[in-house]
Amino acid sequence: MPRTLQGNTGEWELVIGMEVHAQVSSNAKLFSGAATAFGAEPNTQVSLVDAAMPGMLPVINGYCVEQAVRTGLGLKAQINLRSVFDRKNYFYPDLPQGYQISQFTQPVVGKGEVAIEVDGEERRIGITRLHLEQDAGKSVHDMAPDATFVDLNRSGVALMEIVSEPDIRSPEEAGAYLTKLRAILRYLGTCDGNMEEGSMRADVNVSVRRPGEGYGTRCEIKNVNSIRFVQQAIMYEAQRQIDLIESGGKVVQETRLFDANKGETRSMRSKEEAHDYRYFPDPDLLPLELDAAWVEKIKAGLPELPDEKAKRFQDALGLTADIAGQLVAEREIADYFEQVAKSRDAKIAANWVTGELFRYLNDKGLAIGKSPVSASALGGLIDLIADGTVSNRLAKDVFDEMAASGKDAATVVDEKGLRQISDTGAIEAAVDQAIAQGAKQVEQYRGGNEKILGWFVGQVMKATGGKANPATVNEILRKKLSG
Amino acid sequence: MSLDKATVARIASLARLKVPNAELEGLATELNKIMGWISELDQVNTDGVEPMSQAADLKLRWRDDVVTDGGVRDKVLANAPDSREGFFTVPKVVE
Repeated sequence: MPRTLQGNTGEWELVIGMEVHAQVSSNAKLFSGAATAFGAEPNTQVSLVDAAMPGMLPVINGYCVEQAVRTGLGLKAQINLRSVFDRKNYFYPDLPQGYQISQFTQPVVGKGEVAIEVDGEERRIGITRLHLEQDAGKSVHDMAPDATFVDLNRSGVALMEIVSEPDIRSPEEAGAYLTKLRAILRYLGTCDGNMEEGSMRADVNVSVRRPGEGYGTRCEIKNVNSIRFVQQAIMYEAQRQIDLIESGGKVVQETRLFDANKGETRSMRSKEEAHDYRYFPDPDLLPLELDAAWVEKIKAGLPELPDEKAKRFQDALGLTADIAGQLVAEREIADYFEQVAKSRDAKIAANWVTGELFRYLNDKGLAIGKSPVSASALGGLIDLIADGTVSNRLAKDVFDEMAASGKDAATVVDEKGLRQISDTGAIEAAVDQAIAQGAKQVEQYRGGNEKILGWFVGQVMKATGGKANPATVNEILRKKLSG
Repeated sequence: MSLDKATVARIASLARLKVPNAELEGLATELNKIMGWISELDQVNTDGVEPMSQAADLKLRWRDDVVTDGGVRDKVLANAPDSREGFFTVPKVVE
């Protein structure tokens, strides 16, 4: 697909890079023993360290380091055995220390990559770095007309900032990148990827240029909290810059805010002045030194990641790239599918999962974890199709009934009397009846009209409540009609 | 390196310090003296010397991922000039 936008004076290419803030899944904060759970009463998960009381000292949470390293390994990135924490200085009411502990020149994770696919074309988006840092507290501006309310529960929670190279060229690629990154984090268990709760949010750098030319001036859109908004923000911002340049103006490097209600970005000039963070090494923290063997141990324990899983589903199970991609999008889906496919036909299992199951879950707005039909129950249904107990056509009704009632396939088939009739005697009787009723159709068939067979099949199915085995019906019909 | 009045004003503003115009000149002179004193260190040849992060040979201590703290809202809010409904409250900050 074309990755350029058409302006009034010619083509423009988009250049997009992203900084994703992903909350580390951990019990306690990065430098204190306070809890990280979402949704607690304000300021109840705050230690005196997080509140920056004088004399309080940070002590690093080893598991947060492990999670960052695990993520780096999942992004096929360089792990730096020595990294340094710096102070990033700025003032804001929800930042009690007056600085954020972050990593600047020596991050824990270096260069890596994420593979994405848009319209069948695979691209690799470079990862520049991943570093560990503290989250700030939360300011609430709408609780009183005269005051801003500050909750420090998030203050000090561990974040991974994952910075991409400016390798992204379209809103679709930006969406694919975020989707894949989120899937990798969720597979690894290092971030829950919950964008509604703010566990993952993106700063998006956008610039435009004539194809083949050097980079243009970029604008940074801060804190966008859904994949759809990221795409909208990029489209709006790219068009704004193109219009600006084509009408003789110049893009000014600045921080902008995405207004989801209006679907536009606007300047945040207030932040510009304070953009001098005066980083320096945090004297409260020694360098972070990792043992190579410890890193190797984490590497050895990595789960199978979505790309590898998709490849295995194609190579070993013969699934198409599209179906495999759908199945690995979430670890829970892949696990469900593998349970259904275990010692069954993988393609049939994949068709049921991506077909009837996805249709049902989408209709009801359910995640796979909430599916009323368990993997073993769906497997049971597939077994009943395989052994001829239920026809493919009626199996869909059985599935819907299983979803509605929570009962297993065999019970539904028995209770609803949906057992397929493969008994030739019963089918023969229905066929005889159809032939007796359709003297005209018999003539047409014998006159060479093969299509009329469908009418007879319909009659037999009607007589048997759709339960006759279609293959048997066809076979008997042909025999009797030509006889 | 020499600090002029404008730079001193900027440093003060970044540190949220209110410095009257009349005092900038004197501060610049004082800061320049300090800078001059520290710049004596520039005479030391540090080629090939790793930046030193500590004087004692210590390792960064790691903590287990266990919740051991928090639940002290009263203490956290005790010194706040103003708080309501469990929040710190500050003069309205509008973006």
